[in-house]
Amino acid sequence: MTRLAAESLLVTLGGRRALDDVSATFRPGRVTALLGPNGAGKSTLLACLAGLRNPDRGTATLDGMAVGTLDRRERGRRIGLLPQGGDVHWDVDVRTLVALGRLPHYAGWGETTADREAVDRALAATDTAALAERRVEQLSGGERGRVLLARVLAGEPQWLLADEPLASLDPAHQLDVLARLRDVAAAGSGVVLVLHDLHLAGRVADDAVLMRDGRVIAAGPADDVLTAPLIGETYGVAVEIGTTPAGQRFILPLG
Amino acid sequence: MRRTSLLLAIGVVAIAALSLLAGKVWVPPALWASDDPRAIIILELRLPRTILALVVGAALGLSGAVMQGYLRNPLADPGLFGVSAGGALGAVLSLYFGYAAQAWLLPGFALSGAGATMALLALIAGRSGSLILFTLAGMIVTSIAGSMTALAISLAPNPFVASEIVNWLMGALTDRSWNDVALALPLVGVGMALLAMTARSLDALTLGEAAARSLGVDPVRLQWLVIAGTALTVGASVATAGVIGFVGLMVPHLVRPLVGSRPSAILLPSALGGALLVTLADSLVRVAPTVSELRLGIAMSMLGGPFFLYLLLSMRRRLA
Repeated sequence: MTRLAAESLLVTLGGRRALDDVSATFRPGRVTALLGPNGAGKSTLLACLAGLRNPDRGTATLDGMAVGTLDRRERGRRIGLLPQGGDVHWDVDVRTLVALGRLPHYAGWGETTADREAVDRALAATDTAALAERRVEQLSGGERGRVLLARVLAGEPQWLLADEPLASLDPAHQLDVLARLRDVAAAGSGVVLVLHDLHLAGRVADDAVLMRDGRVIAAGPADDVLTAPLIGETYGVAVEIGTTPAGQRFILPLG
Repeated sequence: MRRTSLLLAIGVVAIAALSLLAGKVWVPPALWASDDPRAIIILELRLPRTILALVVGAALGLSGAVMQGYLRNPLADPGLFGVSAGGALGAVLSLYFGYAAQAWLLPGFALSGAGATMALLALIAGRSGSLILFTLAGMIVTSIAGSMTALAISLAPNPFVASEIVNWLMGALTDRSWNDVALALPLVGVGMALLAMTARSLDALTLGEAAARSLGVDPVRLQWLVIAGTALTVGASVATAGVIGFVGLMVPHLVRPLVGSRPSAILLPSALGGALLVTLADSLVRVAPTVSELRLGIAMSMLGGPFFLYLLLSMRRRLA
């Protein structure tokens, strides 16, 4: 079973400790939410886990190997990253865009049948097959969000790391993307999400890591971590946590 | 995409043949391999000039396509890098000091200028692999080289040197010999091979820097390939033909509607398109009814300026 972990990470940014002795273990087949106020170090932690930033001390490890020492392409095959913002700099067609997720798999001259099949599966899993011929600039915000998710899925990574994947989506598309991320976890991959919406985090997360000022306040199963005292300590606001009649958890900031 | 490249390649061959025919003296193909004195014109003047036009055009077209992909900006041009400005400064210095009398010194100085620019860029931005730093470093280097060039013109020892410098800066392929081909061809060849190696990294950059790195792109290696490849291709072009602007800007735009916007897909068509454009333009300036031959660099700027404006206006419309 694959295992992604942060081991005593220390990152200093501009004289400030963005991560201060951060340790956390992530499990495959589960959705883990990284939560905390702005500047807590969530994105920095994600960048370390993705191998994009080398911590000043400590290591991010994938199955016991330091992520930073993995071969770049192997790392690209095993860890998929959906960065914040969702930049697409050229107006390519959707299929071309999604196929970019296969780049670390290319050996020799380019796309193989296996690559094309993986792209088809990713398009199908995100309900974007019908958009395959469309150009990126012709997509709505919601479609674009799904297509960018398909790009990561096309790489069929063991780990999917996403930084604010729900930002700038309306509620219907937020729930839609969340459902698809849950599917990814159900299929056995590990999913790690930076989220700023507590309520959505409460809905989707199996596990949660609460962070504040570069430190981990609490980490573990969502039921143990998403409690009013711990969330209050993390964000400095009182919250009410309850369950809807349908059995959905809700987290309501009271101020 | 393959069909477009094939059609462009056929176009290149056709234009190259036309370029051999065209000029103040029209030499029909029947005479090319004969004892007729006009055969010398083909062998010693037109053939090297045509080959040089193809090489320089391909170099500028490809480096423009790579530069736009690398900077993710459709308005980027190899000129932004400072490499052509640095190469031009080198050549200008050789003219200023009167070294240009020896055939190899001017291109040697131009290449050294391009190389020094590359080293300076690498020194300022090389280790970080950061794009913003890199672009700004290129702009700074360009403006420094430009001011040094202006200084050389203003301090020229006599008016003849000043006019020689100004004339050279305009860029032309007039009276080039096999020596120039022998200089440019290997350097451009190596440079184009380095630039071609960036193809997949450029594709990945479509998704931005973070996503590209997560897909296995090594930003420092990529930056080195772009710097060295551009220095060699553009440096060798400037060394043999002077500054010919706008080719690297225009050609990628002309091929994108044909092959799509994926950065790797436009590389080969841009090289072919650049060869086509420069060879065609060089043939036209030769037959244009002007008193002295129109400089290729000027002809290209006259095309390029309005094209740039058109681009900007169409982008503004899309953004509005």
